[in-house]
Formats: sequence, structure tokens, C-alpha cells
Amino acid sequence: MIPLSGNLDSAKGKVSEKVGPSSITRGTSTLKRGFAHMLKNGVVMDVTTVEQAVIAEEAGAVSVMVLDKLPSDVRKAGGVARTASIRVIEEIMDAVTIPVMAKCRIGHVYEAKVLEEANVDMIDESEVLTPADELRHIWKWDYTTPFVNGARSLAEALRRIEEGAAMIRTKGEPGTGNVAEAITHIKKVNEELRLIKSIYDSGDNQDLIRMAREFKVSFELVEQTAKLGRLPVVNFAAGGIATPADAAYLMSLGCDGIFVGSGIFKADDAKERARAVVLATTFWEDADKVKEAQRMIDERQSMLGLDVKNLELKMQERGTA
Amino acid sequence: MSVSIGVLGLQGDVAENIVAARTALGTLGIKGTVKQVKTPDEISALDGLIIPGGESTMMGQMSLVNGALKVIKEKIQSGMPVFGICAGLILLSKNAKDRVVGKMDQPLLNLLDVRVERNSFGRQKDSFEAEISADSIGIPKTKGVFIRAPSIEDMGKDVQVVSKFNEKVVAVKQGNILAVSFHPELTHDVSMHKHFIGMIKPKK
Repeated sequence: MIPLSGNLDSAKGKVSEKVGPSSITRGTSTLKRGFAHMLKNGVVMDVTTVEQAVIAEEAGAVSVMVLDKLPSDVRKAGGVARTASIRVIEEIMDAVTIPVMAKCRIGHVYEAKVLEEANVDMIDESEVLTPADELRHIWKWDYTTPFVNGARSLAEALRRIEEGAAMIRTKGEPGTGNVAEAITHIKKVNEELRLIKSIYDSGDNQDLIRMAREFKVSFELVEQTAKLGRLPVVNFAAGGIATPADAAYLMSLGCDGIFVGSGIFKADDAKERARAVVLATTFWEDADKVKEAQRMIDERQSMLGLDVKNLELKMQERGTA
Repeated sequence: MSVSIGVLGLQGDVAENIVAARTALGTLGIKGTVKQVKTPDEISALDGLIIPGGESTMMGQMSLVNGALKVIKEKIQSGMPVFGICAGLILLSKNAKDRVVGKMDQPLLNLLDVRVERNSFGRQKDSFEAEISADSIGIPKTKGVFIRAPSIEDMGKDVQVVSKFNEKVVAVKQGNILAVSFHPELTHDVSMHKHFIGMIKPKK
């Protein structure tokens, strides 16, 4: 079980109030991290329109992520990528019953505030958009709305959790249709988790402190994570997932769920593919079911994909501090 | 005797419910197993089922695909106790509509005689923790963790109200069905899970 503790007493996002005769509290770690727990074993799909959001919901997505452009189009368009139109986000929130997420630029405190006011269910502080602050991420404890952040390594993941992220996802390399980077990132995180767990088990606190200094996070967070042997929040795969087999493979590496960006709505068989990715994620342990899911798609209709070595822009290198 | 409890493991907070149910078995001193179940075969062998929190649309569709939905329905109709949490409550109900989107066309088990309003308290920012009570089943005080929670708008005569929060019904019981709109598995209090296990009749 993933612990839901990790409250920060000074968190401004935690709000207590009276509703009728009852006292309630919003924005606690239990509520923020608990929300992410409800998404486990599910698929979150990137969408740009109401029509796509409805297709995603009907296919069995657990949530949709609203963007102005799909990551592969962001890559093609160049220029500055910002948060999506509030009106489109609102239309989508009125059209589907599943949670709606949206992206803000890294460090852009006010895009995040706008999304919180718009009442999205989770905010993705995302490297797909152009970073607004190269040095500092948002202090996410000050929001009642939960955040998800990308990470390529355990150090990045723990830094984001210390800033208040309620959920982590791999960065992968967005908009490429190439799953290689997501695989690299989750394997690196797993490897580093095994390392700190073995240090914890050996009882060598000095070595654990050395790791905390290397990761640039508190000893307490490293200790808690090492004891668990996994991240203290839900950890999804993201970045370059294009097929049911991609999704199933990442689930088998210990990911708690899947984000699919361009992979679905940049393919020519979006409806079938959306369904197929959900099936493969749900039944990843059963290779025959994954085959059935893979059978629902046509490889000739997959997005072409990009070799990461030839990219001019590596989104994963944004917001690593 | 030993009881076999399953947590429907298609999606959602499955692991948390496994931990809560095991802890509950331990404190009750009852021998039993708790495991994740997905397939019709696994479900057929159970004495009790927990349908966890998650997304009800997804769980409904995926359990339809692999035939689990039909088996769950038959098992509950033949008397197997079931504990539905949040999405599980929605899945058990006869009727569900969304507060904003309206009438839903989603697969339901159509067993619990209630009309559920989905996302009844608002979106995630409105999710809250509050003290609640379920006196009729011997739980005077527990923490209610409400995450984009549904509530029960209307119910048939065989349905018993177990808990209310600010006039909204948030927990009910109907025969072998226990359903709540909040998340006891995200707290350290396993009294709801204990009550559910108490509903499972020992096998001879």
C-alpha cells in the first residue's frame, strides 16, 4: 500500500471550513494522493476537443488531459506552448463524467491558479509546454488541486514530491510515438529505488544521507521512500506510448497506470486504439488479451514516430532542477 | 472455517482495500484470504466481494468485456455479500446520473435499488474529509474521505440508510449489499470492512 501521509503543516492548499453543521477539510494529502490512487491501473488520454474527450471516456479512460495541441503538434509548431483555452477545458468538463486534467507551464504559478479556479481535477506541471521558470517548479502545497509532475530519475521524482506533487509520471519523450525513453526512465527509477532500499536495509544512515544530498531532497523523504521500496505516490508511465503492447510493457515494469499523449489521436484508428490501449493496460498480465488488444489496431495507422537521437528539442530536459 | 474475499481488481484503489480487509480479518480473529480478482473464475470462488474506488465507467465496461459483470451479478443475487465503495456504489446501483452531465449510459449491475448522483459534492477541489457516523451498524464515529464522491438521491423501501452527511445519504445497506460513497480504505479505521466481513456467513 502507498502511504498517504506527507502532510506539510504550512500547506496553504489545506483549507478547513464549516459547511452547514459540519466541519470539513479540503486539499489534504489524503485527498490529493487519494485521488491519484483512484486512477491506478487506468489510462489517462490527451485530448484537444470535446469529441476526443467523449471518445476517450467511451473507450474506458479514467481521465482526460486537455491540451491546446497534442505533443507531436507542439513539437512541429515550435514557438511557445502554453496552457489550453479555458473555454475548451470548460466544455470538456461539461461533457464527460471522468476527471479532467490540464497542463500548465513549469513554474507558471498563475497558469496553475487559473486552472485551479477553472476547477480542473488535477494539474500537470508539464515539460510539454514551454517552461516559464527554468529554476523553480511551482510550490504545489499551496494549491487545493492536486498536481502531477514528470520525472526521469528518482532524484527528480523526489524533488517534485517534496514540492507537493501528489502523483509522478515518467517524462519519456513526448510527441514521438517512441516508447524507449519512458522505458529508460522507469527502469532508472526502479534501479535507484532498489539501491536506496538496500542501503536502508543495511542500516547505513550515513550512506542514506549521502543519497539525500545527491538527490537534493530531505533525508526524511529518502528514508521514507527507501523503507517503502517504491515512490510514496502513484507513479504512471508517460511519453511516447503508441500501442497496446507499449502500455502493457510499461505496466509490467511496475508503473501504476498509463498516460497516452499523441499516440491515440495522432493515429488514424483513434477509437479502436483508445479501447485497445485500455484493454491492454487492464489485462497486461494476460499476454493473450494483450494480443487481442494489439489485434484491434493496424500498425499502418500508428503514428510514424521519431527517433529520439535526431530530435532538436528534447522536452525531457526541461525542468530537471 | 476460512473465508475467501476478493477485491475487484480491474482498476482503482485495489491494494488499499486488500490491506484494509486483511487488517479487519486479523482484528476479528477470522481466518481467511483476501486477493485481487479479475476473471469470472476467480469471482465464482468467492465468499465476499469488495468493489473498490476508481472510475465506474471504466470498471463497468471492462467487466462487461471479460464476462465478470455477469458473474458478479449472479453471485450477488445468490446471496454473496458485496461491499461497494464510491465507484462500487455506482456500479451496484439501478440508476446513476451525473450532477453536471446528466443521465449516463454506462453498464451497471442494477441490483441496489437507489438512484445515485455522481460527483454529487463537486469536482476534486471540493473533495473533503469530515467526521461521519454509522450508528445503525455500530460505528458511532469514523473519518469520511470523500473524493469526487457520489451520493444517494432516492431509494426503494428495502434500502436502509446507514449514514448521512449534511442531509445527503452517503452509505446504505440492502440485504447482502453494503455501499458507501466515501473511502474507509484510505483511513486507518477498518470498522466498515469489519462490518462487511460480519455479513459473510461462515461455510459449514
